[in-house]
Amino acid sequence: MNEGGIFYQAFVFLTAAVITVPVAKRLGLGSVLGYLIAGIAIGPFALDFVGEKGQDIMHFAEFGVVMMLFLVGLELEPALLWRMRTPILGLGGLQVGLTAAAITLAGLALGQHWQASLAIGLTLALSSTAIVLQTLNEKGLLPTRAGQSSFSVLLFQDIAVIPILAVLPLLATKVMHHDGHHGDGHAATTWVEGMPAWAQTLAVLCAVAAVILAGRFLIVPAFRAIARTGLRELFTAGALLLVIGIALLMTRVGLSPALGTFLAGVVLANSEYRHELESDIEPFKGLLLGLFFIAVGASIDFDLVASRPAQIAGLVAGLIAIKLVILLALGKLFRLSLDQNLLFGLSMAQGGEFAFVLFSFASQNGVLGQELVGPLVAVVAVSMALAPMLMLLNEKLIQPRFGTKEAGPRDADEIHEENPVILAGFGRFGHSVGRLLLANGVGTTILDVDSDQVDLLRKLGLKVFYGDASRVDLLQAAGAGKARLLIVAVDAPEKGREIIHTARKHFPQLRILARARGRYEAYDLIEDGVEFVYRETLDSSLRLGVDALCHLGFRRHQALRAARKFRRHDEAAVQELVHMRSDRKAYMIRARQIIGDVERIIREEVELGRKPSPDAAWDTNSMLDEYGRKS
Amino acid sequence: MHSILILFAHPALERSRVNVRLAAAARDLPGVTFHDLYQRYPDFDIDVAREQELLESHDIVVMQHPFYWYSTPALIKEWEDLVLQHGWAYGSGGTALAGKTMLNALTAGAPEEAYCRVGRNRYTVRELLAPLEQTALLCGMDYLPPFIVHATHTLDASDIDRHAADYRRVLEGLRDGVLDRDAVKDAVRLNADLDVALPATEEG
Repeated sequence: MNEGGIFYQAFVFLTAAVITVPVAKRLGLGSVLGYLIAGIAIGPFALDFVGEKGQDIMHFAEFGVVMMLFLVGLELEPALLWRMRTPILGLGGLQVGLTAAAITLAGLALGQHWQASLAIGLTLALSSTAIVLQTLNEKGLLPTRAGQSSFSVLLFQDIAVIPILAVLPLLATKVMHHDGHHGDGHAATTWVEGMPAWAQTLAVLCAVAAVILAGRFLIVPAFRAIARTGLRELFTAGALLLVIGIALLMTRVGLSPALGTFLAGVVLANSEYRHELESDIEPFKGLLLGLFFIAVGASIDFDLVASRPAQIAGLVAGLIAIKLVILLALGKLFRLSLDQNLLFGLSMAQGGEFAFVLFSFASQNGVLGQELVGPLVAVVAVSMALAPMLMLLNEKLIQPRFGTKEAGPRDADEIHEENPVILAGFGRFGHSVGRLLLANGVGTTILDVDSDQVDLLRKLGLKVFYGDASRVDLLQAAGAGKARLLIVAVDAPEKGREIIHTARKHFPQLRILARARGRYEAYDLIEDGVEFVYRETLDSSLRLGVDALCHLGFRRHQALRAARKFRRHDEAAVQELVHMRSDRKAYMIRARQIIGDVERIIREEVELGRKPSPDAAWDTNSMLDEYGRKS
Repeated sequence: MHSILILFAHPALERSRVNVRLAAAARDLPGVTFHDLYQRYPDFDIDVAREQELLESHDIVVMQHPFYWYSTPALIKEWEDLVLQHGWAYGSGGTALAGKTMLNALTAGAPEEAYCRVGRNRYTVRELLAPLEQTALLCGMDYLPPFIVHATHTLDASDIDRHAADYRRVLEGLRDGVLDRDAVKDAVRLNADLDVALPATEEG
């Protein structure tokens, strides 16, 4: 079944992704689960399209993680790190420390050496940055307190990998042996093989120092030289070269390439090329990360799982339980409200991609035997595959039940108010809308899904209710049966459409005013039957445009009229183009026409009176023609 | 039967006492199109083509508004500047409004006595409306003496009701073509004595 060619493999991976991910998204499962299912489907234990059973395809995937960590590193400028020091060090440190300790104890209880137990504990304490960040981001939950807490802990874990890697060789109980199982497939040629443990630790520290020094003194000047050529693709090539080069160097000294590029990212976070690098690497990362999830799915050793199902299931359950209990306890300690805490705990209760690297490293260094590493890798992979499902479970089953409990008593007095307006979403957009309405004495029932934000706003004296407005019972409790307007201003577009769908079905009398991020979301909303759609950046961008014209010497009134005209045409264009979006070609042709038309109309205005325009009466050309000639 | 277009202009209708009642009396009259300019163009972004269509499809244009600084609220001035285009409303080929009728219906805070040579305002309202009258004439329109509600601050509810009823009668008379234009030609205000202008009604 397995053709060796890279095109064949690429074809299989891409086909699986293109088929399963849209289906998974349509079913509300999220893209990560879609990729994982695709991976299981094409993996050696189902359709067997890629890789033989013994063949390790993780090295395929590793590069997605390598790039993701480079990008995570790039976002981590020291100032941001400093601001988040409490949650990172406190929450993250406690999470890693306590979880590692608990798992180490569990290992000892199961009869392992303390060295092996500690190695397993440290490794399994880590969660999956890739799955958690991707899923939270997709659901629009990253800005919530739970999302921020997750991010902090993941960050600490990413950093903690460095000392863990340095410590692992010291835990060796056997003489180094070479067993052929390598997470990255390159480890056979490391320079440090055969060195004593202390020398290997030293080599790791030297490599880290080398990356930092190179980032400071070598990489930036190199990019400066590349940038001077003015060739964009050369810059992309340079960025890729950097990532691949560091990955190679790191594998040579026996370190994880992901870790090396992460370090390089942090070092370059303050450089002037940060955004350039980000936008160059981002598309590669997106594609490769999908590949990574597929590989995780494909790497689950179902033979192993099938041979001892009870043991694997027990270990997975134990791992998730230990991590969940500790996460929830820490969430409580750091004053997350119950629903945020559940989100935080259930998001992070899985093994992480670093485990693959660390287990293979530990095995190479004689810390863990192959008989341990096999099942452990399977446990991590299964827990990662379960992670999106846990989050789904939280969203669909736990939160609604909990949410009712939370929102029920609060809503009770609300029903008597019977406000004419229900505002869903009180973030950076809904906030201004709500305050304008309240300032005008308009009774507005405000709902938001971020309970910590709700508590904060309540402390500021704003009556905001916690609750997911896409639920019929909650809308009912908020007075949707009697209200006149429903304003949908939530951050996540999919959530917004869900709310609109529910409202239109159950409360058809409600007039819906909805926020759209941009043109394509506006199309979605118009297609969903929303009459009043507001693109959130249109007004401010036109205002900026007006000011720009004024700075160039245009009269304010002329600039303002031009902007109004632009806006009128643009709004009309959205209403027209929405019917053509399925036909890409017709859409592009018409869109181009409209852009040309608007430019022409506005230019005619500037050049005065070629055609009757709405402001033609302010033009005196026709008067000059009629009366001017006589004088 | 003539069609009437009321160009209603009040920038703060929510605070109005008198105009709001006059508007209510006129709003639902058959044959009347009530066009609330500040509602339609809150940002003064006037749709000229639409305004011209409206004018073309009506026979009588009534500007209803409070009397601000001896004139109209600003939006009516903007409306005139933009809508009454050269070559359309006046000038060569500008005959779109010819033969139509124009009337100002306004409310003024000061009593009628203030609007005369010896009064505080030195001119009659009709004189102060000269720019509007001349605008109408330049467009070939027939200009009627203004319908004025004076001393609005001192009116009680029943006074206002009476003025609203008068306004409605005038609009009906104009619509039905029974208002005696010659009889009121030189009146200071159209509603000085409605029994002269209009045939007697049941309520007298």
